[in-house]
Amino acid sequence: MEKPIIFIKDTSLTGDSSREIQTQLLKVAREKGIEDLQVIRVADLGIYDKGVALKICSLDIIYVNVKLSDAEKIIQTTIKEGTPIEDLLLENQAMQTRIVLRNCGIVDPESIDDYISRSGYASVGKCLFDMTPETVIEEMKKSGLRGRGGAGFPTWMKWNLARGSFGDEKYVICNADEGDPGAYMDRSVLEGDPHSVIEGMIIAGYAIGASKGFAYIRAEYPLAIERVQKAIDQAYEKGLLGKDILGSKFSFDLEIRLGAGAFVCGEETALIASIEGKRGTPKPRPPYPSDRGLWDKPTIINNVETLANIAVIFQKGAEWFATIGTDKSKGTKVFAVTGKVKNSGLVEIAMGTPLRDIVFQISGGCFVPENKMIAVQTGGPSGGVIPEKNFDTPVSYEHLIELGSIMGSGGMIVMDEDDCLVDISKFYLKFCVDESCGKCAPCRIGGYQMLAILEKITAGKGTLEDITSIKRIAQGMQKASLCALGQTAPNPVMSTLRYFESEYLDHIEKKKCRAGKCTKLLKFTIVPEKCKKCRLCVTNCPVNAISGDREKGYTIDQEKCIKCGRCFDVCKFEAIARA
Amino acid sequence: MCSTSTTTSPEISTLVEKWRGKKGSLIMVLHELQNHYGYVPRDVSLQLSQQLDIPLARIYEVITFYNYFKLDPPGKYTIAICLGTACYLKGAPDLVDEVKNLLDIGEGQTSKDGLFHLDVVRCLGCCGLAPVLSVNGQIYGKVKRSEVMGILSKYKKED
Repeated sequence: MEKPIIFIKDTSLTGDSSREIQTQLLKVAREKGIEDLQVIRVADLGIYDKGVALKICSLDIIYVNVKLSDAEKIIQTTIKEGTPIEDLLLENQAMQTRIVLRNCGIVDPESIDDYISRSGYASVGKCLFDMTPETVIEEMKKSGLRGRGGAGFPTWMKWNLARGSFGDEKYVICNADEGDPGAYMDRSVLEGDPHSVIEGMIIAGYAIGASKGFAYIRAEYPLAIERVQKAIDQAYEKGLLGKDILGSKFSFDLEIRLGAGAFVCGEETALIASIEGKRGTPKPRPPYPSDRGLWDKPTIINNVETLANIAVIFQKGAEWFATIGTDKSKGTKVFAVTGKVKNSGLVEIAMGTPLRDIVFQISGGCFVPENKMIAVQTGGPSGGVIPEKNFDTPVSYEHLIELGSIMGSGGMIVMDEDDCLVDISKFYLKFCVDESCGKCAPCRIGGYQMLAILEKITAGKGTLEDITSIKRIAQGMQKASLCALGQTAPNPVMSTLRYFESEYLDHIEKKKCRAGKCTKLLKFTIVPEKCKKCRLCVTNCPVNAISGDREKGYTIDQEKCIKCGRCFDVCKFEAIARA
Repeated sequence: MCSTSTTTSPEISTLVEKWRGKKGSLIMVLHELQNHYGYVPRDVSLQLSQQLDIPLARIYEVITFYNYFKLDPPGKYTIAICLGTACYLKGAPDLVDEVKNLLDIGEGQTSKDGLFHLDVVRCLGCCGLAPVLSVNGQIYGKVKRSEVMGILSKYKKED
């Protein structure tokens, strides 16, 4: 029998009693003569708010709400006799399906041997010796894997196009320039399981006939860069990279190229320009990179998450992979769920899981329990919002597009009633305006003008015509921009207009912001009944807008007030009203 | 601060040799220079231009395009405030305002005493701790506006 291993993690929000239970388990095991039991405290099991959780690796089951007194029973029944204890079993265990994150937190990311011991690089061997490049692509086609970077282009098709193009040299690029605000899936994979990405790249190289690969990593991720570099060095030592890999006559070199903080470089042609050492400005397509890419040679660019899927497909078979997910969206997707949820974190779910399960079951619902959720935002600055009434929609490429959003790279921001959707749209649009490379006019000028209109609306100076103007500008940008950045920049605005037009109208007609985020629409006043005349607001006001004395009380001069909200923050008696 | 000497320093020569002949290496060379100096000084760019036989304008074209490269020396302490979506929702813009007020600097500027440099960044990757600010890599999570002064004065005292 293999060595029994238990992973343990205290998933409650307060305190950590995993250490006591770990000690108890080990103690009981020793008493019962099990010497080789390992109990490992881990950082994450993908379960939240369920007390102390144990993963029994030999049986692949999870126990939750484990108490100190359960240790005896667990060792006796489960470890010794190998039967699960029904009372402790986690219900809905299949909530998360970990394929991409299969090794994260489990293998040592700095050890190639550890990765190999978990069937790592077995798929490279299988592809190089048992399969031809054509059958590799055929297998990818059967798996139905689609690009995880955002657009969802079928991966096999990309490979097949590059395979069919003529070139004395071809390139494989891993796009690890994760720039979406609020998304960090790629970072976790690179830091937690760098070899899986390298393995994916070698297979991709073999399939298209490339002998050179580049990992384009964001400079802001120093740990990821370090780990990938170490992984590359180790792979060279083992003969998994370089000339004549494993004696198969196939050669593949891999090196790191760093990004330098330009969001537009996530776009294929801009990324290629950046690797060539130039400004990251996009080029018109066609020619597509699969035809003329890096240094005009056929090139494929795959996202980190896409590449991390590939080794598993060849290990467990395309048929197995195709059983996970929906009709047209196969496999899993990793989301970085952040914003107003109890448990922010990475979540990997099978495609087709309803949004509601992600938000409420896996992430624990709203951060402030009495607040109402209003929407989630997916796809970052290129995506859109999905209102609460559509939370039962299954997550897949098609369904999200239908709702006016996109899958995107995996950011998922949950918003509650304290958030203003006009303000959020402005935030995303400002991001795109800042990051626009400036090459084409629709994106450069359109974005700027649209932002000016949103500024006007949130300052309470909007008119109804502004909404028409926004729609016209959006259409222009969508149709005429050179790359996806400009084409999708209006999405957050358009989708909030689609579902929450009333909020825009409130800002324009009633000069009111429901959430109180648009500070220029606010009015601060002092409530005399609550005021204790402590003068804290007076001393803190940066523009001396508060005057009065202890006898008559204090008032805020609305002419002078710059609505910074500092008086509201410092008042200890809730005597400042914000409306 | 920048001398205008055109003699090539040995570091630059070794660096150039390391990357010579590799295609598209300019950005990688600039990364190494910035790691070494903390920014890309003009005279270093000039030397690089002579060594690699690339026009200075080409080098500046790249430096100014990418946010990551700096042309001015950074302050002793770099304050990075995250304006990723999660931090934005949880009040990071207030932190930016507070730092601007306290130090009388704008985004990307260094305070007059050369002590603090304010950067507004996209995501520090700790969305669970939002809003987040970091000083020279030290992360401060769930920061309130009223706490900013305390954090800064800690570094002022240390100096």
